[in-house]
Amino acid sequence: MFSSLSDRLNDTFDKLKGKGRLTEDDINVAMREIRMALLEADVNFKVVKGFVADCKEKCLTSEVMDSLTPAQNVVRIVLDELTELLGSTESGLTLIPNRTPNVIMLVGLQGSGKTTAAVKLAYLLKRQGRSPLLAACDTYRPAAADQLETLGGEIGVPVFRGDGAHPVEIARDSIHEAVDRLRDIVIVDTAGRLQVDEAMMQEAADIKRAIKPDQVLMVVDAMTGQDIVNVVQAFAERVDFDGVIMSKLDGDARGGGALSVREVTGKPIKFVSMGEKPDSLETFHPDRMAKRILGMGDVVGIIEQAQQMADEEQVEAAERMLREGFTMDDMLDQMRQIRKMGGLTKLIGMIPNGERMLAQSGGALDDSQLTRIEAIIHSMTKDERSRPKTINGQRRKRIAAGSGRSVQEVNALLKQWGEMNKMMGKMRAATKGGKNERRQMRQMMQSLGIDGKGGGLPF
Amino acid sequence: MGLKDRLKAGLTRSREAMNAVFYMGGEVDEDFWEGLEDTLVMGDIGGALSLEVADDLREQAARENLKTASQLKHALASRLADAFPAPDRDPFDDLPSCVLFVGINGAGKTTTVGKLAGAAKDAGTRVIIGGADTFRAAAIEQLQVWGERAGVEVVTRERGGDPASVCYDVIDAATREGDELVLIDTAGRLHTSPELMRELAKVVGVTRKRCVGTPVSVVLVIDATTGQNGLNQAKEFNDALDIDGLVVTKLDGTAKGGITIAIANQLDLPVYRIGVGETIDDLQRFDALEFCEALVGDES
Repeated sequence: MFSSLSDRLNDTFDKLKGKGRLTEDDINVAMREIRMALLEADVNFKVVKGFVADCKEKCLTSEVMDSLTPAQNVVRIVLDELTELLGSTESGLTLIPNRTPNVIMLVGLQGSGKTTAAVKLAYLLKRQGRSPLLAACDTYRPAAADQLETLGGEIGVPVFRGDGAHPVEIARDSIHEAVDRLRDIVIVDTAGRLQVDEAMMQEAADIKRAIKPDQVLMVVDAMTGQDIVNVVQAFAERVDFDGVIMSKLDGDARGGGALSVREVTGKPIKFVSMGEKPDSLETFHPDRMAKRILGMGDVVGIIEQAQQMADEEQVEAAERMLREGFTMDDMLDQMRQIRKMGGLTKLIGMIPNGERMLAQSGGALDDSQLTRIEAIIHSMTKDERSRPKTINGQRRKRIAAGSGRSVQEVNALLKQWGEMNKMMGKMRAATKGGKNERRQMRQMMQSLGIDGKGGGLPF
Repeated sequence: MGLKDRLKAGLTRSREAMNAVFYMGGEVDEDFWEGLEDTLVMGDIGGALSLEVADDLREQAARENLKTASQLKHALASRLADAFPAPDRDPFDDLPSCVLFVGINGAGKTTTVGKLAGAAKDAGTRVIIGGADTFRAAAIEQLQVWGERAGVEVVTRERGGDPASVCYDVIDAATREGDELVLIDTAGRLHTSPELMRELAKVVGVTRKRCVGTPVSVVLVIDATTGQNGLNQAKEFNDALDIDGLVVTKLDGTAKGGITIAIANQLDLPVYRIGVGETIDDLQRFDALEFCEALVGDES
């Protein structure tokens, strides 16, 4: 993993400690670090040049130079600049009122995620009370229309496919179809095309002319490298899109391309797409994106991710735990939550300075620890799981043998459970109090477990 | 059109960018070196590696008294080509062979399998396709269309089926029917999902176990437009599956595919094929020097 910009800058400025006032040369060193960090995040090198020059000017003020904590100041300036550049006043869809149906057209390179984005967008609009129709205008990739039809079926949105017809025809017919079927919005999924493919770019322009979409959205893969400027420039010239959907942001790509897109075309990023499920299309947050580009961790992201996972069922589970105590099954559940969110290492990586702290503490964090604990719990009987106190020496031996771990490890796990259960007991006692105490307890639980379920993490 | 020409045609834009650097003022000065570094960065080679390559070349220029643009181009091309290890064996030529294609979503795995099956069939090889992408909607249908086009049998299961059992089935079918080349398509997944990576490790494990006497290769498909994240992808896939080599797709755009150099350099992985166009023939054999020469515009 790349170390984050703040770590790097801290290192740089650590070396300068005791020097008193910083010189312009020192700032230049810092700027080199910023340049590298941005390049590693795939921000286009031309954009980087301009950006770094701007930042340098801002950093050369006495506020930074004389500061006791120059690193933080520089990071703040860079972050603010970046957020401002990424910022957009017109996020969300702009649809023409009183037009039925509204039309949205999606364009992009092959494999950028257009079809998936089309389905997610349809799902989003459906939840907002609209009745979308998906139009399958990718007649090139084998079975592209089948893919859209299957996914459309899963979210309950009809799909129009004019098999054998020309894409322009299909697009045009889909609008008639929408009128006939009383659908009030059409999402047109087009074929992936390279920006240098003259015939295909012409086709995209033809589709646009034929259906006059309210919004043309370009789907851009967050992992795209330097070439993104050529791509978006060509698409902006030929098709003139209105905004961008960044896809595959659930990976660990920094997504510096977002900055390049803004700088080169001036088009806003409207949505980010974070996974394979239909509900994973989210509004774009410039501040979070800026932090991500600089590798500064995304605390808000963790919380949201945890919230996404926490549903009604878990609230019930938490209440049951308060009532009946914390069982081994609850512990198992917690670990599965962590794994669902991408494992410990990923979670730590999302915490600012997390990787640095981890490295300092010896970096001994291992996701396989979770697997081991899971194995131990799996080797317990149902009764043992709900009442771990019944586990005596003999049972411990059996569990150790069954899970292939040592008795010491089983002991350690039981000890952890004991501590967590004790904490639960305290909470239970407290919740018997008035409303106020109960609120306090809830807060305490939230601070202990990231999923708001109570209990510390089991390690 | 010969291979080299075709490759060059696909890489014209990159070459033009390089030429702009090399002909600037005709003299090798500070601007030249800075421009060179920028061009390497622009090719997605990566900030740190670009710096390293440029510094090395600068040293070499001083040592060997290289002054002209063409000398420098040649030196740079071979310096970049050195990053690629030569493949021990070509899994598409050395038969019998079983190849699994892995990669992130939208890298071009299914298309690559389809093209390779077509090319192998044309060359008279007995080939069979395994459709182990039982996750994505219509991935099976997409592969079946490719199979029909090429006249190659596709073994698969219904959507949502167990991908590992598809591998089991296709290897059985290959043994039964005497197929020499087994190409298995897997579902695209992000390297950051531990669950999905584990599932893939199982798929690879079953395939390796099942293929008695037939070497199994795991090939990572990388999109040439990928930036620095490509290195993370390759590392994670390599850690989980022990990758044998790469196929680089979509080199027919303006993307330079420079991340390949970083991957090959860090993980010591050979490139088996590169995709430089839309048709079946456009999946070409990879020649490191030729690739780098075309990239830097070295005509020698």
